[in-house]
Amino acid sequence: MNLNNPTLNGSIEGQVAPSLPVTHIRPPSPWPSLRIGEVWEYRDLLFILAWRDIKVRYKQTTLGAAWAVLQPILTMVVFSLLFGGIAHLPSEGIPYPIFTFTALLPWQLFAYAMTESGNSLVANQQLITKVYFPRLVIPLGGVLAGLVDFTIAFLVLLGMMLIYGVPLSWNILALPAFIFLAVLIALTVGIWLSALNVEYRDVRYTIPFLTQFWMFATPIAYSSSLIPENLRWLYSLNPMVGVVEGFRWAVLGRQGFSLPFFLLSIGVMLVLFAGGVAYFRKMENGFADNV
Amino acid sequence: MSDVSIRVEHISKRYSLGEREPYKSLRDVMARAASAPLGWLRRKNGASFNHVPADFWALDDVSFEIRQGEAVGIIGRNGAGKSTLLKILSRITKPTRGRAELHGRVGSLLEVGTGFHPELTGRENVFLNGAILGMKRQEIERKFDEIVAFAEIEKFLDTPVKRYSSGMYVRLAFAVAAHLEPEILLVDEVLAVGDAEFQKKCLGKMGEVAKEGRTVLFVSHSMAAIERLCDVSILLDTGKIRCLGPSAQVVQIYLQGGQQTTLVWERTSTATEDAYLQKVYVSDEQGDALNYLTTATDVTIVINLCIKRPMSTLRLSFGLLDRAGQQIFGSTPGDCGEMSPTEAGEYRAMVHLPSEILMPGYYGIRVTLWLPNGGVLDSVDGMQFLVHEGVSLATSTPGGRVGLIAIRCDWDVIKTSKKIQV
Repeated sequence: MNLNNPTLNGSIEGQVAPSLPVTHIRPPSPWPSLRIGEVWEYRDLLFILAWRDIKVRYKQTTLGAAWAVLQPILTMVVFSLLFGGIAHLPSEGIPYPIFTFTALLPWQLFAYAMTESGNSLVANQQLITKVYFPRLVIPLGGVLAGLVDFTIAFLVLLGMMLIYGVPLSWNILALPAFIFLAVLIALTVGIWLSALNVEYRDVRYTIPFLTQFWMFATPIAYSSSLIPENLRWLYSLNPMVGVVEGFRWAVLGRQGFSLPFFLLSIGVMLVLFAGGVAYFRKMENGFADNV
Repeated sequence: MSDVSIRVEHISKRYSLGEREPYKSLRDVMARAASAPLGWLRRKNGASFNHVPADFWALDDVSFEIRQGEAVGIIGRNGAGKSTLLKILSRITKPTRGRAELHGRVGSLLEVGTGFHPELTGRENVFLNGAILGMKRQEIERKFDEIVAFAEIEKFLDTPVKRYSSGMYVRLAFAVAAHLEPEILLVDEVLAVGDAEFQKKCLGKMGEVAKEGRTVLFVSHSMAAIERLCDVSILLDTGKIRCLGPSAQVVQIYLQGGQQTTLVWERTSTATEDAYLQKVYVSDEQGDALNYLTTATDVTIVINLCIKRPMSTLRLSFGLLDRAGQQIFGSTPGDCGEMSPTEAGEYRAMVHLPSEILMPGYYGIRVTLWLPNGGVLDSVDGMQFLVHEGVSLATSTPGGRVGLIAIRCDWDVIKTSKKIQV
């Protein structure tokens, strides 16, 4: 169905539009197709669902948008006291709070986006059983909502860097690429989780656990230089390692970002992403019947 | 104008009843795998497996064609496949077999207010709901004033809809849907909720839509609405098309087919909602099922229902229908100070009809579980039964009494003067 056909807007009364879009309905094919273009046709819905999530969250909470700032700041304070102050973890010459906050930003974007999209299908089951739209729109919308929080928290980081006198680096121009990657990773995991969640409701309980576990496998509280050199390749299979390292490199101009490992994690990600979309597309025929 | 709008060819839909369990949990799957490690091997060998889910064909080889600009009614009993057909045509679920073709933009309205969010204001919900129903942003902006005027909620546009009365909520929700402009409109029984005036307004709007040359597919239990709106109707019976033709004839066949007495209804398909009816039957005052009743019988309707999770606004209502399916009156537990059940659990509700109100002839029963903000969770409509003549108020007038029901009214007849003043 082509919703973009301009000849159809408002020309319906009385006469029949010359060429009507045709919808074909067939039994599910055993071969899933990605049909990404269809998602683009529904972008209005995508944005309005993301807007709804943000709006509702800020309306329901007393502090509203302040949470976007409070969460990473409080985590940073705790990390600074525990790991920077007591454990004296090295932070490569950068003030520890800045060091960890720079990593917390992409991490919270990722963790929020993954949780939201992972739970999104079940949370929107009312919609799924009553209206048609490409189901991918739902986990996508959950991911987008996280970007607003991220933007707010990023302004805080800039303010902190000003206070600590840490100079910005020109590498920052590469930042959007890392943001995009963080979102892509969250989406990849989110798509898998959301589709699995329809079938197995246990999945929703594993998400908080997964998030926590994953955080300690990512160099947020510590520097990845603590990882023994011969295990670095294994460590880098975690794609968030590349994102966090990339963030520190882009914002703080810190050395040690390794391109080969970064490319490795992107490669892993793309494979998982394609697999996730294919799995989602295969399962989505049953969403309305199973959710 | 005689181009095909909807072409359906051999559509079938199978549900396996096992699939409808609330949900699978990983634990179950793992436990099954652990206790029967060779289970999947055995199944692959074609040997019988302990737990084979029974299949159920909700639609069975359905074919028809609708031309552009036709308004077509779909009627049939509960479980006949009406809603499944609409769900397939609106692409919410896929058919197991067969194919269909729809020419034009499709708008489906299976529920009033899909996606409404209680925290958002009326204005925000118009945009949200419009987008969900498939409208473009500019399209909603263009029709915004019209929608608000139709809903009559100008003053409350910036109030969160959780503060709306249920009437306002439904009016706004329908107003958005009514301003969809697809070439094909699929409508499920959305008019079952709301007061009579609202229903009239909705029916009027739907009539307009049909006159504008758009194709309408309309599922309803109200034969009056079907006959008024639809030129052609399709009668579904256990997933098959029983007949297709001019609405008046099809409605006639449906009503005649309904003239066996059904005093007991029991759920046969697996429930899809969190609150559902399990059994509805006609009984005597003690709750014992009846298989024969007369105008003199004190009739009680027993409703067994199940609520899987607490729903604070759940409503239960009962309606007595005439032989054409039109409601004579409705009643809710609230009428006598009882609360509709809201907590999780199984319930039995008993509706005691006032004595001697039934006339000889056919009546129907409608029991509905619904939420004020727009959704019917479950309903039973197809029960029709014959009331035989007995010695009662209804038969006390020589020559027979006229009317749908008999009511014993309080009369005061007093003599005001002995003399007749001329």
